[in-house]
Amino acid sequence: MGRHYTEGEPIRDTKAPAGPIEERWEKRKFGAKLVNPANKRKMHVIVVGTGLAGGSAAATLGELGYNVTSFCYQDSPRRAHSIAAQGGINAAKNYRGDGDSIYRLFYDTVKGGDFRARESNVYRLAQVSVNIIDQAVAQGVPFAREYGGLLDTRSFGGAQVSRTFYARGQTGQQLLLGAYQALERQIAAGTVKMNTRHEMLDLIVSDGRARGVIVRDMVTGEIERHLADAVVLATGGYGNVFFLSTNAKGCNTTAIWRAHRRGAMFANPCYTQIHPTCIPVSGDYQSKLTLMSESLRNDGRVWVPVKAGDTRPAAEIPEQERDYYLERIYPAFGNLVPRDIASRAAKNVCDEGRGVGPGGLGVYLDFADAISRLGRDAVEKKYGNLFEMYERITGEDPYSQPMRIYPAVHYTMGGLWVDYDLQSTIPGLFVVGEANFSDHGANRLGASALMQGLADGYFVLPTTIGDYLANGPYGEVDDEAVAEAEAAVQSKIERLLSVNGTRTADSYHRELGKLMWDYCGMERTEESLRKALERIPELREEFWRNVKVSGTADELNQALERAGRVADFFDLAELMCIDALHRTESCGGHFRAESQDADGEALRDDENFAYVAAWEYGEQGPVLHKEALEYEYVTMSQRSYK
Amino acid sequence: MNLTLKVWRQRGPQDKGRMVTYRVEDVSPDMSFLEMLDVLNERLILEGDDPIAFDHDCREGICGMCGMVINGYAHGEQVATTTCQLHMRHFEDEAVITVEPWRAAPFPVVKDLVVDRSSFDRIIQAGGFISVPAGSAPDAHSVPVKKADADAAFDAATCIGCGACVAACPNGSASLFTAAKITHLSLLPQGQPERDSRARAMVEQMDAEGFGGCTNTGECTASCPKGIPLDTIAQMNRDYLRASK
Repeated sequence: MGRHYTEGEPIRDTKAPAGPIEERWEKRKFGAKLVNPANKRKMHVIVVGTGLAGGSAAATLGELGYNVTSFCYQDSPRRAHSIAAQGGINAAKNYRGDGDSIYRLFYDTVKGGDFRARESNVYRLAQVSVNIIDQAVAQGVPFAREYGGLLDTRSFGGAQVSRTFYARGQTGQQLLLGAYQALERQIAAGTVKMNTRHEMLDLIVSDGRARGVIVRDMVTGEIERHLADAVVLATGGYGNVFFLSTNAKGCNTTAIWRAHRRGAMFANPCYTQIHPTCIPVSGDYQSKLTLMSESLRNDGRVWVPVKAGDTRPAAEIPEQERDYYLERIYPAFGNLVPRDIASRAAKNVCDEGRGVGPGGLGVYLDFADAISRLGRDAVEKKYGNLFEMYERITGEDPYSQPMRIYPAVHYTMGGLWVDYDLQSTIPGLFVVGEANFSDHGANRLGASALMQGLADGYFVLPTTIGDYLANGPYGEVDDEAVAEAEAAVQSKIERLLSVNGTRTADSYHRELGKLMWDYCGMERTEESLRKALERIPELREEFWRNVKVSGTADELNQALERAGRVADFFDLAELMCIDALHRTESCGGHFRAESQDADGEALRDDENFAYVAAWEYGEQGPVLHKEALEYEYVTMSQRSYK
Repeated sequence: MNLTLKVWRQRGPQDKGRMVTYRVEDVSPDMSFLEMLDVLNERLILEGDDPIAFDHDCREGICGMCGMVINGYAHGEQVATTTCQLHMRHFEDEAVITVEPWRAAPFPVVKDLVVDRSSFDRIIQAGGFISVPAGSAPDAHSVPVKKADADAAFDAATCIGCGACVAACPNGSASLFTAAKITHLSLLPQGQPERDSRARAMVEQMDAEGFGGCTNTGECTASCPKGIPLDTIAQMNRDYLRASK
């Protein structure tokens, strides 16, 4: 079997200004052309998605005076899945005086990303992080505070400084509501026109530039065309390719995948973050997975029975027949090893037949020691809400029996390729938040997703898009390009409705997800990826021959919505496997079993893989364009947690 | 377990709607209520029927998108629980369960269990914000906030905008929703400059949308999945009176 792709020209210019890293963003801002205030309202920008990145971008562009049209598939912009982020948001404020700085946040992020992110972008992210906290506080985001009235922070994700700002376990909700309120203010002011229950189904590219979108009104089924001077995609990640993930049910890849089909390169699709502490699957009806905060590992001890196939209840397994495997394998870090290592170790013990709970896909997270050491009250004070959430979902009391946890797909670091301006390889198409690939490299640190979404939306994009718009206008939109995109959308819908087969879209999605989890999940091998690349096209072919979508195109039809998304997940899944197969090193969230050291730890191959893999869509298979990564400031090193 | 569901079916806003009975068998007690509906819908699709339309997204109790009246209770009888977090172990084998959409004039039915809650967005548009354009904010520590105020503001701000308060209220009042936002912003120093105009505009918009008045029944807070306290409504009334002086 040969390669599944061809290689094209490398990407040489990411448009980051030269010079000292701390001056680059200033330089770019000053170099960006400005749009005359009187002309701004004549400039029309489309923003798709209303999470932290899209909501803040639409609101800010509206404040600046642009004519903005915003879309979301939910019934209100406040529902976007940023709302579910629990932990917090990083910012280099150094309010604790504990030695934090912009440089340290930059350093931690580059290192945490396993040296697969761009230094210029990450440095800017760290710079802008301080402005985000100011902005959010001014908007009324009720962050946790100390008795003196100042903001409280905590340390998170193994950082050695306390730089994570939080609002109890609902930081994402509070930040999103801040952005949502700013957005509603602009809607009232008439600068933003909001379209809820609308799903983007294609991108309009005219004369090589992004000039609009084709959307479906999910209530009436009407296919609408919306034209603009620039388009911003803020449509989130693609973790739902695995069917089961911590994403919301509606999260999908369609918007970015359609843009990819129209010429936007897709970068590092194989970089997936798997979170170690989620509530395990309880049956084959399971529709999503729920995250339990990582903080539980501070006091819980992870274990499985020593013997495979031991089905006794936890309480009946004596101490000497328990394997506290993280403490055994990683005596220095124990239960606090990083996310990817904890996840893989759980998979390994379950693969050995030692998993617990239904289907043997779970490990115990035991608080018995913490309860006897600190007392039940202290444990309840610290983790009460999490214990309650666990009991609500599983019906088990974690005070009297250990929790069962298992890793789950949580975040995707890959996404559409963007330059320093957050512009994709299609001029006029900008991509922000989780939908782009830019700042996290091969692994995202805890509390950094909220930071990146808001940095992009409030501060970076509004500057860089102005430069693009100031260089316009870009002429009339080609009617034929619009008609062609609209016809493509119509024909896909008709095709899905006409198959009338014997399986639902969800059942195919489940099967695809299982296949991706088994073959392109926590651990990937050449063999597993080749198997996936054989099986995905077969399954996709069956889908298009045998899917059953009831109802019609001109009504609210949730079966049709799902089928369209699953169709795009198939294509994305294939590209993820091709990317994972070509990257024969292990790095961050991408673990290739062939590339590990003697202790079983991920082994990078900097000589051959210190690049961003940007994939161009091609009818004859994808074309790889490499963007070399150079580290002028942070020295590349290998991680170790023993 | 085996269940009988009586579900409100309504093709669109113009359709009169009716209850339709479905039998669902082999339900696992570990399923969430929405997963039980997923299983039924998969069957309906294969039978060529229209699946039951319902809103849902995060399925972890925070986005506020799901919501149905189950056996007469908004989000079901379980306290402080959204529909997506309600599990079938709370029902008995062979139970008969009625499922209806939120019912209130300002929440017109779109289809089946899906309603239009854009009236909530318009209440926020009227003034549920602090006017601070991006980039204009002072340093976050320039204005300290008492911890007790910040905590109380947070409690009010946890509203997920699901609409259960309206569905549960005999008057179809949106007072708890509106009061939660007014209280959140009134308690913070940053919210003071617009405090009066905000309270006036939001209350007037709430009335203009056709929501009923509050008669202190308290069903709203009892059915609220986030337990937004009833005294936020007193805060709203105080602010409204203050603004009307």
